[in-house]
Amino acid sequence: MLVRRYGWDGLLLEVDDPAAWFRALRAARERGELTCEEIVPAARTVLLRGVRGEPHWADFAPAAAPPAPPQRLDVPVHWDGPDHDAVAAAWQADPARVLRETEFTVAFCGFAPGFGYLTGLPERRWLPRLASPRARVPAGSVALAGPYAGIYPRSSPGGWQLVGRTELVLFDLDRESPALLAPGTLVRFVDA
Amino acid sequence: MLEVLVPGPLATVQDLGRVGYAELGVSRSGALDGAALRLANRLVGNPESCAGIEFTYGGAVLRAHASVWCALTGAPAPLSVDGRPAPYGVAFGLPAGSRLEIGLPLHGIRSYLAVSGGIAVAPVLGSRSTDTLSGIGPDPLRVGRALPVGRARRGVEEMKSPAASDLGEPSGDHPGSGGLGAPGPVSGAEPSTVDFVPATAPGSEIRLRVRLGPRDDWFADPGELLRNGYTVGQGDRIGVRLDGPPLARAVPGELPSEGLLAGAIQVPGDGRPLVFLADHPTTGGYPVVGVVHPADLGLLAQARPGTRVVFHGSQR
Repeated sequence: MLVRRYGWDGLLLEVDDPAAWFRALRAARERGELTCEEIVPAARTVLLRGVRGEPHWADFAPAAAPPAPPQRLDVPVHWDGPDHDAVAAAWQADPARVLRETEFTVAFCGFAPGFGYLTGLPERRWLPRLASPRARVPAGSVALAGPYAGIYPRSSPGGWQLVGRTELVLFDLDRESPALLAPGTLVRFVDA
Repeated sequence: MLEVLVPGPLATVQDLGRVGYAELGVSRSGALDGAALRLANRLVGNPESCAGIEFTYGGAVLRAHASVWCALTGAPAPLSVDGRPAPYGVAFGLPAGSRLEIGLPLHGIRSYLAVSGGIAVAPVLGSRSTDTLSGIGPDPLRVGRALPVGRARRGVEEMKSPAASDLGEPSGDHPGSGGLGAPGPVSGAEPSTVDFVPATAPGSEIRLRVRLGPRDDWFADPGELLRNGYTVGQGDRIGVRLDGPPLARAVPGELPSEGLLAGAIQVPGDGRPLVFLADHPTTGGYPVVGVVHPADLGLLAQARPGTRVVFHGSQR
């Protein structure tokens, strides 16, 4: 683990498992052992902003104190995305079967509120983005790009390959927890 | 209630932003020139965290449907109430029924209007700010939008006898002249208010404190950032592009996405730096060569295109 300074009140932690660190750091903050305004996991790092004091990172390591078990979410999918057949051809396999059999984890969020980058696909299933992005991807589209799967929380432009769609509302400000896909959540795709 | 008659190029409700949701992809947002919004609130006797209106290049007209005190800070725009000039940086009364016109600022970009009681739109995730990137918070102001105003901390009713001249009115027969008093000074129990704010004349150059990192090691010579001169290019609430010599990379390619914060100087493939402001994305895949001091971001947010930018500061 490496800690880099990030501006005046930020620290960037380079770690092996950002989602696990995120949950461990959240737990430490809830116990009052860590004071900071934001904890932002990403692909290989966790950013802490508004940190007070000099935390002893080793005390917070996921191995030192395993956090509470993660949230789990089943996502019902209609497998009718416009890139479904192209993905099936690239994989030489049924995309629905591959996605149903993969256990995904929300590694981090970004791009839009409630958009989770889901990891878990084996490297041979990684796909390129579309050469030219679509101007409009419907909300609920289940999409693939690089090592990630994702679900568009609202209609937006997008360059990921679309294999299906869900009717789940991924981000709803009227819920107590607005995002269904918070970092660390375990996700399974099931048939709608 | 305040009614928007003309919003100008971009007018949004802003407070000091929403904290604690970056992990879900929700940025902080909030006033780009936070110091100016805090001052405007103090001028009208509000807590500094009240929501006000951020105008971009002025050009707006509002109508007050009830009497309020208000004050404009940030970019100094000419003001008038029902055609009579009103002062910048000082609290003035806006009688019920009156029209407030906000002109084009003499310099700077963003002007902040605070009203006694604050703009009381419903908060979203703890803030009333409009996040132009994610669409969270109230929509940008449009013609006809009615903005609720909160209860003033010291109600206008409890203030003593308004001199009609305080409201720029020659007589007391104006419908709004029935109880609007000067908002300050106040009793010792209150946080300090301010009476006026001078307009600061900008230079043709701004100097921004910067701390290099966290990805300065992705650049052939990150110190070039401090030696090169830049000029302000295109910008919005998300960030400001800088024109100048491109920074050469030592490490090619994209970085796996990592967290961003306001002030981060990101360098995309073309080598031209972009400084993120309040509505920045929460993660990004281009290396961040350094970070501008939070207290200097207001200067950048007020710098018009073409302003020279000099970074000064230290290694990380």
